[in-house]
Amino acid sequence: MYRAGQVVHEVLNKLRAEVKPGVTTMDLEKIAEGIIAARPGKAAFKGYRGYPCVLCTSVNSEIVHGIPSPKRKLREGDVVSIDFGMEVDGYYGDSAVTVPVGKISPELQKLLDVTRESLDRAIDKMRPGNRLGDVGHAVQSWVEQHGFSVVREFVGHGIGTRMHDEPNLPNYGEPGRGARLQEGMVIAVEPMVNAGRPEVQMHGEWVAETADGSPSAHFEHTVAVTANGPWILTRPKEMTGPSW
Amino acid sequence: MAKQPFEEKKKNDSGNSKEDAIEAMATVIEPLPNAMFRVELENKHQVLAHVSGKMRKNFIRILAGDKVAVELSPYDLKRGRIVYRYK
Repeated sequence: MYRAGQVVHEVLNKLRAEVKPGVTTMDLEKIAEGIIAARPGKAAFKGYRGYPCVLCTSVNSEIVHGIPSPKRKLREGDVVSIDFGMEVDGYYGDSAVTVPVGKISPELQKLLDVTRESLDRAIDKMRPGNRLGDVGHAVQSWVEQHGFSVVREFVGHGIGTRMHDEPNLPNYGEPGRGARLQEGMVIAVEPMVNAGRPEVQMHGEWVAETADGSPSAHFEHTVAVTANGPWILTRPKEMTGPSW
Repeated sequence: MAKQPFEEKKKNDSGNSKEDAIEAMATVIEPLPNAMFRVELENKHQVLAHVSGKMRKNFIRILAGDKVAVELSPYDLKRGRIVYRYK
């Protein structure tokens, strides 16, 4: 899983540098495909329940599962969430990052900062003996105290030999509730945060947008619960500090 | 990629046996014990049918000769459920 996670990290890091005004989300998809071709394993999303691409690119008010398109040009001041997963030798890694396009407004920057920080806080709860509710509560309390809201319709998930496995990890919850975390469990932790109201509007089978049109941010890491604390599998082991 | 926690549930719903039933018109031939009836479909097949819970709740009485709508189970075409009595 660590190997799958490293490819995911490499792809997302490269894409992060490619995001600028004028680039289309399909350009990002093509770059990702180019990198994957030279790596072991295969992209996890393409073909998953019929999903057409290797990336999910969700711009501004799109929350998750935006489908790359040659018509979707990124503009100065946008934010785009790039979500990517790999399967290497039967094991999965799944991660996402929301990237500013050029200069963005201070409000958007705050949304990104709060969401990223909520992921860090959630990851810190990924320790043996804690419960799923502790992790969800870490996200919810941090996000809501900054006046943003947590998406309920989508959840983090167990991950391993399948991309979406048990348990579900909602980004809300009460401390002390839910299943207990044990050493060896691996969960994709992924807060999805809306600047406005939490409601979701679906467009077709995949694309989820905020119902009120407010911008949304999404950060994700695949995290293992170990005796030494959380281990982020979707970045190099040496890396420390904030998750993204 | 985020998981939709309700995606599994949706699948089960489409497998719901009540939704798969085949609807047909029928005439009641004879009442049987336990609120069962022998009914004859328009294609002359005779099936054993019980009265749906909703009809029982609303005390809709069924007599021999009534025209009724029945839903047939795709698993056993000899059995059905009476879902409507025509006046």
